Amino acid sequence: MSGDLKAELSKQVHRPASWLLLVVAVALSLTFGYLVPYAAPDPGRGQDALLPGAFVGSAIGGLPIFIGGLTLIFGVLVAGSEYGWDTWKTVLAQGSSRFSVYGAKIVTVAVGTLLLMLTLFAAAAGASALVAVLRDQPMQWPSIVDIVRGIGAGWLIAMMWGTFGVALAVVFRSVALPIGLGLVWLLAVQNLLASVAAPVLPWVAEAQKGLPGPNAGSLVAGLGARTGTPGVEQLVGAGQASLVVAVYLLAFAAVGGWLLHRRDLG
Amino acid sequence: MNAIETTGLTKRYGQIVAVDDLDLTVPTGEIYGFLGPNGAGKTTTLRMLLGLTRPSAGSLHVFGRTPGPGYLDQVGALIEGPAFYPYLSGRENLRVFAGHARVPGARVDAVLRTVDLTDRAKDSYRTYSLGMKQRLGLAAALLKDPRLLVLDEPTNGLDPAGIADMRVLLRKLAADGVTVLLSSHLLAEVSQICDRIGVLSHGKLVTQATIEELRAGGTLHVTAEPAERAEAELIALVGRESLHANGSGFDLNVEPAAASRINTALVTAGVEVSELRWREPDLEQNFLELTGDDHVR
Repeated sequence: MSGDLKAELSKQVHRPASWLLLVVAVALSLTFGYLVPYAAPDPGRGQDALLPGAFVGSAIGGLPIFIGGLTLIFGVLVAGSEYGWDTWKTVLAQGSSRFSVYGAKIVTVAVGTLLLMLTLFAAAAGASALVAVLRDQPMQWPSIVDIVRGIGAGWLIAMMWGTFGVALAVVFRSVALPIGLGLVWLLAVQNLLASVAAPVLPWVAEAQKGLPGPNAGSLVAGLGARTGTPGVEQLVGAGQASLVVAVYLLAFAAVGGWLLHRRDLG
Repeated sequence: MNAIETTGLTKRYGQIVAVDDLDLTVPTGEIYGFLGPNGAGKTTTLRMLLGLTRPSAGSLHVFGRTPGPGYLDQVGALIEGPAFYPYLSGRENLRVFAGHARVPGARVDAVLRTVDLTDRAKDSYRTYSLGMKQRLGLAAALLKDPRLLVLDEPTNGLDPAGIADMRVLLRKLAADGVTVLLSSHLLAEVSQICDRIGVLSHGKLVTQATIEELRAGGTLHVTAEPAERAEAELIALVGRESLHANGSGFDLNVEPAAASRINTALVTAGVEVSELRWREPDLEQNFLELTGDDHVR
């Protein structure tokens, strides 16, 4: 698989859209994680959440919704573009197996989302340090264990949304429709279930505990993300949330791989 | 060992049979023309050969190997036109595919030289003309230095000079021992370059023969006056079963060497001969009849 992985990584490294997604993710994360709260502080919370001690929660707070949406788009681009440009035939005619190329794509999504997490953490750390300097507050950082745990949890969630994108791309064999439907689920349906259906239908409230978005929200909430951020709410414990998110990740990866293996291409 | 052998190869899409019980044999070292009108099942067959489409029934072997690991190790292919990443340059695209093919990066420059694209290798693929894209597609097919090259309509989009270059390149590859399976709906293209032709129609292989075999069986055309006397003399010379009268004269099923003997006999009998010409068989008409279609040109 090393040749396929090298090829897949090369495709994404040279692709402007991949870097654009990273830039947008960092810009959104800083804007809604630091700039807006700094400019219009929440009277009930003060600005402790903007200081270095809370930067882990700020870095991963966007993953249940908007950063998740961007990683979903990344996953769709990694797999779906082969359909859009009809390049599956050129790739597979080189002799690689579908399993090997698909595995390389999943690893590429893992590498891309890890890079995203590291960048988000670096950006959040920098922003929180700047706030501390501006507010003349002490630089009290979380422990290394908390930081690594935050990066790991964020990576797990980002990978889940990324493989969701890969699976949607394989299911619909395109780019536009998977992105559209994926974002509708992530940005609209999840919010409607949480804010409209769950308060009035107890079974919906209970079912939410098994859905990917609420578990992602619970996981980041358990690691310090501010509740009240869209999608961030502690419905279940961090342990269960991690398990559910991991199961979804594996399920999405398996569905995409199985479909790619058994279908005709083109 | 044959380069390709299929037995009972079949592909169904619901009620539609795209490829029907196909027994195809492509001998090693030949340029094989896979000819048929659009929709005959050529591309579906090639896709099955490359593992892109799963057969509904039948078996296939490439250099004796069945589909599985290593099956395409000695195969290069260009199917249904070139397909590359538009944001990458020609060279970057080939580097990506060299990674998938697990071949050294040095092969990239070699194949770029082969298809004469070195000068434009740094340019973005999206800026390439159709002919350049086609040449890059051929370059990708050559990355593995294959023993079998599968090309689907490789001259699409090429200008006459490009078509001639492609022909020269394929002949050179064949001379180097590469087997070429070339699909086309253009009879002229296939007949100029191929050693052997298989004609596909409505998913069935209707004939498989060498070009020489297809060209065999010409007729001697005679135009002479008066027609009645000429006909009587010709029947006496070659027999009624070897003579076919038509509006412009007579077609005789004889050897070309018989022409002078027949001419002398007619003139001696007082028949005025105005035309005596050897006619090659009409390949195009043969293919139209075989395929039952008028798309073959």
